[in-house]
Amino acid sequence: MEVTLKIFRYNPETDKKAHYEKFKIEAQPTDRVLDLLEYIKGYHDGTLSFRRSCAHGVCGSDAMRINGVNRLACKVLVQDLGRGKITVEPILGLPVLKDLIVDMEPFFESYRGVLPFLINDEPPPKKERLQSPEQHARFEDTTKCILCACCTTSCPSYWSNDDYAGPATIVAAHRFVFDSRDRAGAERLRILNDTMGVYRCHTIYNCTDACPREIQVTRAIGEVKKAIATGKID
Amino acid sequence: MNNYHQFDIIVVGAGGAGLMAALYASRGASTAVLSKLYPTRSHTGAAQGGVGAALGNQGEDHPEWHTYDTVKGSDYLGDQDAIEFMCSEAVQTVYELEHMGLPFSRTPEGRIAQRPFGGHTNNNTGKPVPRACYSADRTGHMILQTLYQQCIKNNVTFFDEYHVIDLLLVDGAAAGIVALELATGELHVFHAKSVIFATGGHGRVWSVTSNAYAYSGDGVAITLRRGIPAEDMEFFQFHPTGIYNMGILITEGVRGEGGVLINNEGERFMERYAPTVKDLASRDVVSRAMFLEMQDGRGINGERYMYLDMRPEVVNKYAAEDGRKRQDGSPYIVTGEELLSKLPDIVDFARTYLGVDPVTQPMPVQPTAHYAMGGIPTDMYGQVVIDEKNTVYPGLYAAGEVACVSVHGANRLGTNSLLDILVFGKYSGLKAVEYSNEVAFQELPEDAEDFARQQLEDLQNRVGDENVVDIANEMKDVMNDYVGVFRTKEGMTRALETVRQLKERFKNIQLGDKGRIYNTDLLSVWELGNLLDLAEVTAVAALNRTESRGAHAREDYPKRDDEKWMNHSLAWIKDGEIELAYKPVVITKYQPQERVY
Repeated sequence: MEVTLKIFRYNPETDKKAHYEKFKIEAQPTDRVLDLLEYIKGYHDGTLSFRRSCAHGVCGSDAMRINGVNRLACKVLVQDLGRGKITVEPILGLPVLKDLIVDMEPFFESYRGVLPFLINDEPPPKKERLQSPEQHARFEDTTKCILCACCTTSCPSYWSNDDYAGPATIVAAHRFVFDSRDRAGAERLRILNDTMGVYRCHTIYNCTDACPREIQVTRAIGEVKKAIATGKID
Repeated sequence: MNNYHQFDIIVVGAGGAGLMAALYASRGASTAVLSKLYPTRSHTGAAQGGVGAALGNQGEDHPEWHTYDTVKGSDYLGDQDAIEFMCSEAVQTVYELEHMGLPFSRTPEGRIAQRPFGGHTNNNTGKPVPRACYSADRTGHMILQTLYQQCIKNNVTFFDEYHVIDLLLVDGAAAGIVALELATGELHVFHAKSVIFATGGHGRVWSVTSNAYAYSGDGVAITLRRGIPAEDMEFFQFHPTGIYNMGILITEGVRGEGGVLINNEGERFMERYAPTVKDLASRDVVSRAMFLEMQDGRGINGERYMYLDMRPEVVNKYAAEDGRKRQDGSPYIVTGEELLSKLPDIVDFARTYLGVDPVTQPMPVQPTAHYAMGGIPTDMYGQVVIDEKNTVYPGLYAAGEVACVSVHGANRLGTNSLLDILVFGKYSGLKAVEYSNEVAFQELPEDAEDFARQQLEDLQNRVGDENVVDIANEMKDVMNDYVGVFRTKEGMTRALETVRQLKERFKNIQLGDKGRIYNTDLLSVWELGNLLDLAEVTAVAALNRTESRGAHAREDYPKRDDEKWMNHSLAWIKDGEIELAYKPVVITKYQPQERVY
């Protein structure tokens, strides 16, 4: 089938401003959008720039806005998009560096700010720390995060104020706050109990829809809000 | 000098091996990690089924059994001292990761959950033993995240999206590296006393692969250009279960949880090839069996794929036939819900890419290029060794898939790659600290970045009408067809000739992007140059080994030849020509035996 890709273009070395460019190519219904971008780069325009690595939805490199929603280009097939018209743009809310590549530093800076690592100064046992399957299940969903930024850059609150910690950072906090082995939950909740913390979330659910790992992002944020409000982690 | 940096230790690559090395190195010396990707994009994150360690949480197990299984799995080409070291370190290493916060799945008692994997056995009965410590089917993801989190906690310095181009050696010792900063296109010199390569594998040499785009063999290609040999390059693992046509990995954990491979006659054919462990034989054995079935017309609908079936009714039927029991002695019976909770990503991949729900439908799979057993030769502490006598090269280290210790020999067991990155990442970091604290920085030459600059400028200045993607695809196809699961002299010769022609055609390419900022075109082309070099070395080493062992299966030499070939190959590139030499395998306790599963 023939598909038309309308791609956001911006090359800081040659372009005064961003524009869109259209490419008509042959595609199989089972091709990934990433395959099409690779094809265009290989045969039509070597300057087209985007990040990618694993090509099957686990590394988080190729988060993009595809037909208006945040997706990983390697996890969307042509047949999922219908009608053969595909618009590809960089994720919103982070500075565009070139074409589909955005500056990820602000995103990772926010992530690092929430103490995203296990804190437990008690001497560990000789073997593993015990944790029941139920205790593990309490936070398992948020361990799936691949830091692709699909959630954060789909959030209207983040678009309007990029000082907001954003969904991915709160997901990272959730992963540790509800881990029975961790001892710094209160500290993380204090960080997020801030004007730029969890209360910027207005339960719009864009983040949950955008997550390629199907993490229940809005629910996780809600659980963090509740823990802050009640002072209880359970 | 512009863009000059100095650290005691430079780690190149931020997957599991690089991050583990960095954690240990940064405790004793100034350390920086360079990666061409953001660290969490590294390919460790794609590992699924588990990390091997004889914890014995779900049945009797011992590090000695793990050692023997690994030796046998390697088809006796692994160095037994290093294997014993890795398997005994495994237990404490896994506990250490748990203490760092790794969210393992749990047994009802709250211990780390373990599942069976190919080639891991109870040495008394020969039956599968649950040794793979797992976190659902995203164990690699959890290892990568946990180590990255620990690096943040310990303030490790990162240079993200810095692409290594060259290794600096001065007076017979490592002195640093040169890297391209993607965001600016500028070269940077990193002056160091120790360099640890942890850049991963080169599966992108083959057309059907489970490997990331990033797996372009940068570490081995760079060290080859600097006169360091590559070891055992003829051994490359094809994982039995890649998604048909796409190569995306479907974990062996599917078979660990009771899934079976089925041919077009509805037969669980592995019973004929490995009567004791069946679908849980070593990967080389299973991939060959699949090829033979397909060759005999028993691929599904006569095509080049088989079914991997994990429907609960099928799992339960064969588990009953095998007499499989749970730890409490009850019969092994699974539900769709249990499989979904243990293998959620597999279910997602099958739904996304195949439109198949594996709880109700079988998955079409074929062998997929997966893992480099070969690489930069090292000893069991990650120190690079450069000749038949294992002479250590001062200041140079390698760990993980880029290295060849050799603990995997001719065929790696599933779960041992995650173990390898942790153990040898750690020890390369420790050794690098020890060395860095003893020596001074060497003086760098004025023209330190010249060789890197020349390579990139040469690519940018090429003028011609050859298309880079065409060249890449021709290499991948010919390597898949002739230097894949089964090999012959004629086929490999044809592949080698083709690769050499492609290297000539590669001189007549033209870059589409001549800019500086995020010139991913330039880097992809540079990576293709690496892949072409490694494809050639692989074919040459494979042609020269006139036997079948592990992943190197020759139709014209179908038997293992222990008289002649109990040795590792070493390949050098000298003036464009490949030279080979051999060094003996280290044997301690286990004499080579016939390998049956």
